Amino acid sequence: MAGAEFPKDKYILSRRLDGFFASLYRMAGFIGRFFKEVFRPPFEFSEIIRQCYEVGYKSLSLICMTAFITGLVFTKQSRPSLSEFGATSWLPSLVAIAILKALAPLVTALICAGKVGSNIGAELGSMKVTEQIEAMEVSATNPFKFLVVSRILATTIMIPILAFFFGGIGLFGSYVDVHLHENTSFALFFEAAFQKIQFADFYVSIVKAIVFGFTIGTVGCIQGYKATKGTMGVGRAANSSVVISMFLIFIEEVLIVTVANAIRAI
Amino acid sequence: MPLSNTIQQEKNRVIALSNVYKAFDENEVLRGANLDVLPGENVVVLGRSGTGKSVLIKIISGMLLADSGHVEVLGQDVSRLSQRELQALRLRIGFSFQSSALYDSMTVQENLLFPLVRNKRHLSRKEKNTAVETVLDAVGLLQTLKQYPSELSGGQRKRVGIARTLILQPELMLYDEPTAGLDPITSTEINALIREVQSRFKTTSIIITHDLACAKSTGDRVAILLDGLFHKEGTFAEVFADKDPRIQSFYDYNFTQ
Ligand SMILES: Nc1ncnc2c1ncn2[C@@H]1O[C@H](COP(=O)(O)OP(=O)(O)OP(=O)(O)O)[C@@H](O)[C@H]1O
Ligand SMILES: [Mg+2]
Repeated sequence: MAGAEFPKDKYILSRRLDGFFASLYRMAGFIGRFFKEVFRPPFEFSEIIRQCYEVGYKSLSLICMTAFITGLVFTKQSRPSLSEFGATSWLPSLVAIAILKALAPLVTALICAGKVGSNIGAELGSMKVTEQIEAMEVSATNPFKFLVVSRILATTIMIPILAFFFGGIGLFGSYVDVHLHENTSFALFFEAAFQKIQFADFYVSIVKAIVFGFTIGTVGCIQGYKATKGTMGVGRAANSSVVISMFLIFIEEVLIVTVANAIRAI
Repeated sequence: MPLSNTIQQEKNRVIALSNVYKAFDENEVLRGANLDVLPGENVVVLGRSGTGKSVLIKIISGMLLADSGHVEVLGQDVSRLSQRELQALRLRIGFSFQSSALYDSMTVQENLLFPLVRNKRHLSRKEKNTAVETVLDAVGLLQTLKQYPSELSGGQRKRVGIARTLILQPELMLYDEPTAGLDPITSTEINALIREVQSRFKTTSIIITHDLACAKSTGDRVAILLDGLFHKEGTFAEVFADKDPRIQSFYDYNFTQ
């Protein structure tokens, strides 16, 4: 990305701050380019599908396992405090709120930031340092479209779907525990669970998952694209993809919830 | 040489660089380089590591922009091209990378199909496969069709890289250190391949190297890049007849190794 680099010794604010703003500028340019190229043919359909498979299918088992355990353990740990007030019948509703409103998008995103984000960073990073990206460019192919657009689309599409699975399986985990202790039926559990959930809650969770997915793909691609020579650069790209996307996910989580609550208060 | 002949040559030049200047921050890499390449000719660019040889061919292929100077490739001013025109120009240029740059998530066949699928959409599947087999056969590696780059030797990767650039039938080939890191026998084979490409596909080539054996056998003309400028041009014998100690040290170094 030409133009984002500042002169070496002349800092406008300080070295770190300048670097921070330079990276924001780079990120904005990258995102702008994504939106410019995503709608412009030719489209790399088969690559998009392959990436969806890579991102979605290959993370599915991990997400499902985590979801099941989360639902089960969360229910187990919440029971004693609720039973103190004789309110164990509130368990399904409490767990549903926790999982569907907060945990499903967030935990899915964090897992994918680790699994998918690092993968994208390392893959693009190694392609960058071994000149494979330049090789695409000189063979008159648009590497941005082939590599970046397909990956960002894949994470943006697949993370909401994975979060959906997380929600379903997490509730199922909770049901298993509730069923074992309180002998509640499946229908009764889910009726109780969805009592306090509104449609708007789903919307917010879906928006969150989409934003998180977009963040993971974008950050991974940016870090991979700017990897510098050597294997060190590849490791650093993978590592920083995870750290930066997790950091952004937390900020986005807080922002989205705040905005959503403000809108609802109106 | 009669004047009319000279003018004819000026018009025909495949590459015309004049006063090309390129710096990265304070690092002045090219400082007014001039070079002309005529059709069908193999020009070897010799220079020590870090003198900007790779930068030079990246400027020729439009991957980097020169800070100043004139870069004309296949009759077009590279600095003035739009993205679309640049892509069209690149279809006429083959670039063999120093590191081979094969896509390691794809088989050899998929590597070769990659530029073809995206740039020759009118070809049928069968025609594409035939094209892949033809170029792979030309570099003598038809048996590697289904293998992954990680399963190939360094020399084989170089050949596949060259095949991948040949598949779009370029008029101009740019080889970045085709023999670097290869044993002398494999190097000789690559040198022969470069000559074969020249005669069989009628390409013009720039070969970048610091291997004098490669320079001697593949180059019709040799140009020495020193401190960002071309210092001496001519046939191999002419260039090394020069008593400039920097050129001589280059010669001595290669033959005392
Ligand atoms: N993209 C870039 N950004 C900054 N500096 C660069 C860039 N590309 C090359 N350079 C610098 O330009 C100089 C020349 O690099 P180049 O790769 O052209 O050398 P070379 O002659 O090809 O050497 P070698 O024989 O080792 O490949 C080096 O000092 C390098 O650090
Ligand atoms: Mg080089």
